[in-house]
Amino acid sequence: MREVVVTGIGAVTPLGVGARTLHARWAAGEVAIQDGEAPCADFDPLAFFSRKEARRADRFTQLGLAAAGEAIEEAGWADGAPYDAHRIGCIVGTGVGGIDTLETNVGVLHDQGPGKVAPLAVPLMMSNAGAAAIAMRHDLRGPVFGIVSACAAGANAIATATRAIQCGDADAVVTGGAEAALTPLARAAFAALDAISTTGVSRPFDARRDGFVMGEGAGVLVLEDGEKARARGADILAVVRGVGATCDAHHLTAPRADGAGAAAAMTAALDDAGLTADAVSYVNAHGTSTQLNDRAETVAIKTAFGDHASHVPISSTKSAIGHLLGAAGAVEAIATILTLRERIVAPTLGLEEPEEGLDLDYVPGSSRGLDVPEGDPAIGLSNSLGFGGHNAVLVLEAV
Amino acid sequence: MSTDTDTARIEEVVYSALEEFGAEKADIKRDAGFEALDVDSLDLAELAQIVEDEFGVAIKSGDVEQLKTVGDVIDLIAARA
Repeated sequence: MREVVVTGIGAVTPLGVGARTLHARWAAGEVAIQDGEAPCADFDPLAFFSRKEARRADRFTQLGLAAAGEAIEEAGWADGAPYDAHRIGCIVGTGVGGIDTLETNVGVLHDQGPGKVAPLAVPLMMSNAGAAAIAMRHDLRGPVFGIVSACAAGANAIATATRAIQCGDADAVVTGGAEAALTPLARAAFAALDAISTTGVSRPFDARRDGFVMGEGAGVLVLEDGEKARARGADILAVVRGVGATCDAHHLTAPRADGAGAAAAMTAALDDAGLTADAVSYVNAHGTSTQLNDRAETVAIKTAFGDHASHVPISSTKSAIGHLLGAAGAVEAIATILTLRERIVAPTLGLEEPEEGLDLDYVPGSSRGLDVPEGDPAIGLSNSLGFGGHNAVLVLEAV
Repeated sequence: MSTDTDTARIEEVVYSALEEFGAEKADIKRDAGFEALDVDSLDLAELAQIVEDEFGVAIKSGDVEQLKTVGDVIDLIAARA
């Protein structure tokens, strides 16, 4: 199969605009949570779009477009893509798509009647709007669609994009995830599920953890056929070595307590990469700060990694930016790539009180250097586990 | 209601909607074409809603084909109001 490389990354996160900003600020110990939520407070749509473009896009699409712009520029495509437009795809995950547009228009429907619902409601709220808007802006005419698998969507999108290139359906794919669900309905619904932290603190793997903190943002990567990217002299940031996806098929929201589904996804991704667990120098955990996830994920890592589980540093980006839902997998893939490239492991912030059984190296406190055996490539694994039992795992290698 | 005052009111509503849609204020004139203003079918669907609300005039999708300029819309509303 064809090698798939990463030539550009872009992110808009609660820590600011920019992929490097995310990793640098997280590594410095900054937490972007304010009053129990993590908004992208620095993001000004009009810095990126005309008024017309901005009003034609729900916030999740705006965040995705901004992240895509950064990734595409880094890939060197700013003046046009290097391949036939019909050979370039765009695959973007989201948990709930344009939920703000949906909620606004439901309000209009109730208060003013059906005749006042906006003609733009459907094109803005549809979950494929992010992929469609990025494709339109950058003239990407190959396979373009959305991916919907809750909090695994960003990782499932990258995995699907990887396969599209490996199988020869596309020469390049712009891929990732976008989410903007800091809305009254989403807040109330997650709270009703008892999934959101009532203390407003994201502290994955800590005994006091009491739920996730909702965030918003987007992460986008430019993936290319490695041979073609090298032939055009592109700077290569990373290689997508392996992808794995499974489903717990167990419960709508709760993970399997034995972590078997997540473990199987990690094993599948390692097999796909042709690697064993001991080749992995860093794990970016899903680490939501919920009681159930952090326990099940710990069991899953132990199952998949065996003895190496207690030797590999594991940290959760959600300790700094909360849970970006459908964007999380993409943003965290970017964080993983930067961890491997910079050789700096950012910590699981807020982790102070250990819990029995949660006994892996979650990198509490502050950043540390990434330890990679002499002569070996820097390999990282990123976990994404979503409501619905969706497990998606990426194995990435820094170049 | 085809008096000068009424036409001025129609013009005001249409111009303000087009500006809200993102067209440059200086470019919005009676003889400006929708293509040049980057006003497309989605904008015209929104405009139809506003016009129906303000003047009780329905602009149907069949009409949209015939509407090429800002003046075309203003004239259609004035004729039907």
